[in-house]
Amino acid sequence: MNNKKDQAAFHLMLAPSIVFLIIFSFIPMFGIVMAFQNYIPAKGMSGSAWVGLDNFKFMFQIPDSKQILINTIVIALWKIIVGTFVSIVFALLLNEIRVRFVKKFMQTVVYLPNFLSWAVLATVVMNIFSYEGPVNAFLGWLGIDPVLFMASNHWFRPMLVLTDVWKGFGYGSIIYLASLTAIDPGLYEASSIDGANRLKQLWYVTLPGLMPTILLVTTLNLPNVLNAGFDQIFNLYNPLVYATSDIIDTYVYRVGLVQRQYSLGTAIGLLRSVVGIVLILSANKLAQKLTDYRIF
Amino acid sequence: MTHSIKSRIADTIIWIFVLAFTLSCLIPLVNLVAISFSDNAAASANMVSIFPVNFTLSSYEKLLSDSQFWRSFMISVERVVLGLIVNMMLMILAAYPLSKSSKQFRAQKVYMNIVIFAMLFSGGLIPTFMVVKQLHLLDSIWALILPGAVPIANVILLMNAFRAVPKSLEEAATIDGASQWRILSTIYVPVVLPTLATVLLFTIVGHWNDYFSALVYINKTSNYPLQTYIQQLSVDVQNITDPQKLIEYSKISNRTLNAAKIVISTLPLLLIYPFMQKYFVTGIVVGSVKE
Repeated sequence: MNNKKDQAAFHLMLAPSIVFLIIFSFIPMFGIVMAFQNYIPAKGMSGSAWVGLDNFKFMFQIPDSKQILINTIVIALWKIIVGTFVSIVFALLLNEIRVRFVKKFMQTVVYLPNFLSWAVLATVVMNIFSYEGPVNAFLGWLGIDPVLFMASNHWFRPMLVLTDVWKGFGYGSIIYLASLTAIDPGLYEASSIDGANRLKQLWYVTLPGLMPTILLVTTLNLPNVLNAGFDQIFNLYNPLVYATSDIIDTYVYRVGLVQRQYSLGTAIGLLRSVVGIVLILSANKLAQKLTDYRIF
Repeated sequence: MTHSIKSRIADTIIWIFVLAFTLSCLIPLVNLVAISFSDNAAASANMVSIFPVNFTLSSYEKLLSDSQFWRSFMISVERVVLGLIVNMMLMILAAYPLSKSSKQFRAQKVYMNIVIFAMLFSGGLIPTFMVVKQLHLLDSIWALILPGAVPIANVILLMNAFRAVPKSLEEAATIDGASQWRILSTIYVPVVLPTLATVLLFTIVGHWNDYFSALVYINKTSNYPLQTYIQQLSVDVQNITDPQKLIEYSKISNRTLNAAKIVISTLPLLLIYPFMQKYFVTGIVVGSVKE
């Protein structure tokens, strides 16, 4: 009897969430039919003509589509590689700082940018790298001509990677710092008795100890190869650098919502999320195999 | 002897690098604050580094009379409060039954699959926009809250925390005849408080920082929350296609006022940040390293 009451309570607890998920997650899934239609808002989804895979075909014919895909993957990969590397290096360096309160203070500072939005940080970044900003002033002092960092197709991508890594490295280092404290101090003692210097200890004790975490984080980063960072790019880019910075997400926003090509936008979004799911499921499987960790 | 000298050199190098990393995060933000307290001429001439030049409060005085800024500020506050209530309620209520074994809650698997499917697959930006539009939520604050009412990633985080609660606590309460509602509110919630604090803070930051949903769902700029208002400050720049004009624009724009707006818009986060740090660090570690 009690069990029946429990079951009812559980169902009741989940009810509001399920209602919201149905309305805002599952009903929009039906909207995906727009990807296979020539959707005209006035006619609605039931009245618009079916066009089969035309939107998808068109998508591949857009001259920019290849460039957009390349941009997305290249930007995302660079961010993952450089970001992981810098986070690990910073964690290793910070780990060597033994003055407790200095370490605490530094951690507080480097975690902070992660909590500020790109809407805010974009202004900061643009100030610093503007034509007459401090970076260009410094270059001028070195005798180098000023560079329009944020409006140059040559510089924009490195800027994206640099500023993204800057925002995230502190936060990314948290997990590495945590696993550094988990390494058995006995190993360091033993290696130092064997005559290993600090560099050798880093190579033979610290890095192997860190390896499982690095492996896990990198695996879980895998689905992000299609996620080059909408917020950042959207807030920093301008038409001058579309060629090197337009990614799938920014393109869907411009084509789908700004230019109101609903069908095309939906088709591109659909393809992106299907590939995304495959990546997430693979990462989950891979992580489970390598480190016994499951995302869900 | 040589060993200790070498070690000291290594230490120095390490300190220099860590300091460089730390300063790279600190200086841009200090610079922004300094600009907001400087006079406009000095700021436009890029003379401000980490200390204000010709200290003045004029940009903050100007900001006081900017009614749109404060209206947006209040909309953001309202959104954080409403969003926090909705998110936390749904999160706790959904995570608890999901944390049960399928033996204890027979439909657990079914619900879990629904939730995971919703997390993995979505209709995407445009179909979601259509639904919000058809519900006549456009231009209302609920358009910023309801589509994200169930933060699934946080539900799963909380679910895992509930699963780690010792079963004996619950069994003792069941013998006393407590209902599931009672067990959840008097046993489970207090036990997972640190995790709750983590998701609470992530939820606050998420709502405060989001500019994009208002951009999509709010048509009247007077109804923009703060971050969208801030974001719009740089929009003019984004539409400039001529490099020469871009340079000119950066000269005439009101730098000190914009800096003051940004400082005030991040102030609430900066105020809660020191208190959150302890929680999010443990939250991240618990959530990611399971060994």
